[in-house]
Amino acid sequence: MSPIEPTVPAGTPLLDVVGLRKSFGSTEVLRSVDLSVSAGQVLAIIGPSGSGKTTALRCLNGLEVADGGTITIGRAPTVDFGVTPSKAQLASLRDQSAMVFQHYNLFPHKTAIENIIEGPLVVQRRPEAEVRAEALELLERVGLADKRDTYPFELSGGQQQRVGIVRALALRPRLLLFDEPTSALDPELVGDVLGLIKELALEGWTMVIVTHELQFAREVAHEVAFIDGGTVVERGRPDQLLREPQHERTRQFLRRLLHPF
Amino acid sequence: MDQSSWELFVASLRPLVVAAVTATIPLALISFAGGLALALVLALMRLSSRRWLSGVARAYISVVRGTPLLVQLFVIFYGLPSVGVVIPPWPSAILAFVINVGGYAAEIIRAAILSVPKGQWEAAYMVGMSRSVALRRIILPQAARVSVPPLSNTFISLVKDTSLASLILVTEMFREAQRIAAFSQEFMLLYIEAGLIYWLICLVLSSLQSALETRLDRYVAH
Ligand SMILES: Nc1ncnc2c1ncn2[C@@H]1O[C@H](COP(=O)(O)OP(=O)(O)OP(=O)(O)O)[C@@H](O)[C@H]1O
Ligand SMILES: [Mg+2]
Repeated sequence: MSPIEPTVPAGTPLLDVVGLRKSFGSTEVLRSVDLSVSAGQVLAIIGPSGSGKTTALRCLNGLEVADGGTITIGRAPTVDFGVTPSKAQLASLRDQSAMVFQHYNLFPHKTAIENIIEGPLVVQRRPEAEVRAEALELLERVGLADKRDTYPFELSGGQQQRVGIVRALALRPRLLLFDEPTSALDPELVGDVLGLIKELALEGWTMVIVTHELQFAREVAHEVAFIDGGTVVERGRPDQLLREPQHERTRQFLRRLLHPF
Repeated sequence: MDQSSWELFVASLRPLVVAAVTATIPLALISFAGGLALALVLALMRLSSRRWLSGVARAYISVVRGTPLLVQLFVIFYGLPSVGVVIPPWPSAILAFVINVGGYAAEIIRAAILSVPKGQWEAAYMVGMSRSVALRRIILPQAARVSVPPLSNTFISLVKDTSLASLILVTEMFREAQRIAAFSQEFMLLYIEAGLIYWLICLVLSSLQSALETRLDRYVAH
């Protein structure tokens, strides 16, 4: 079904993060984050606002340079942030993953298809005909083939985010990173995007998803990690962690999320 | 206007327009192109994390914007020969205008680059681009739209400022008007005629600016 098959056999470890640290000035945002995901698995990250979820994800994609700890993704050699990593190390890390942003971040001066082929064509230097065909196939599959020559501002939020997801897929990453992919969407558009992500999970894509949609996490994730105060407080199978959390902080967080009033 | 004034007006039109087309406009275009290139370099220096680079650019911009264009022209044409550097009128004028436009446009380009949302840099890095590729393919095209109105103003000012080149012996339109005026003793008529032609050029430029803005607006939400 998917034109781009995930490239690592299921079960082998694909992401391994140990002791990740990151501070902004004197604020320590990530104190020590450990995460791991096997190929073909989905990890959902939940946690209160400001707990460092986005920062952790950005470190994985090299958008933020961690201050300490190690990250291993796919076939890239382990990067140890105890010493300042080289540009080449960061690049090889970044090559392994692709990110879907909360606010889509599509390129406004490029059409849907141009947004999608930009990386494969300009950075990866793959043949244009092949890249275009693949992008079209992907657009078709998310129901946006007729929007290929449309600029982002003419698309709804849900359509923009689907283009954002296709842009990430077209990079042929080993790991997909989602930062609250539906939190900027109107409620009636959320379903489409979550449905698409669920399909990708079923196809065997390896994903890390930061989300506030607990029902979605329960259905899609193989594991849920609860982050608070810059560290993973608790992780486990979704039914376990969401139903019978072990830590008081997790319980409090879930209670507040389920009963906000 | 009496008969003979009218005839002089019509007769002067041709040499003035010729001077505008062969001198004023090329002088403005060449200087603007050079100035923009310099401005881009200065803007990137200003945005550099290397302190000395941004310091040099900042000092340059401060000096250029803090001194009169006329002084800059005179330093280059009348001042430099006393230290042994003699530059003919045309290159002197172009050099001064490039230096001047560079200083003004640098701040415009810098502000335009900074106005592009941070998420655009992040998306560009995410798809694997280096800083320079991201700048060229993602950031500058978006900054361009933002900087069209202020850069158009700079260009329109430049077109009018080329008249200052007459003071360093460049035969552009205004110097041609001065020549005809001195010869015919019709100062009022000739200077107003020159002013009208400048005005006309600026009207055309303004409408070109609007067209360019509309064109670049295609993909921008309102
Ligand atoms: N570039 C930055 N400079 C300074 N502080 C930052 C920066 N980025 C994030 N922070 C701070 O780090 C903390 C964690 O931010 P982060 O965005 O990772 O939280 P989050 O868990 O994603 O929150 P949310 O659920 O609201 O998205 C916050 O206190 C934030 O203010
Ligand atoms: Mg966040």
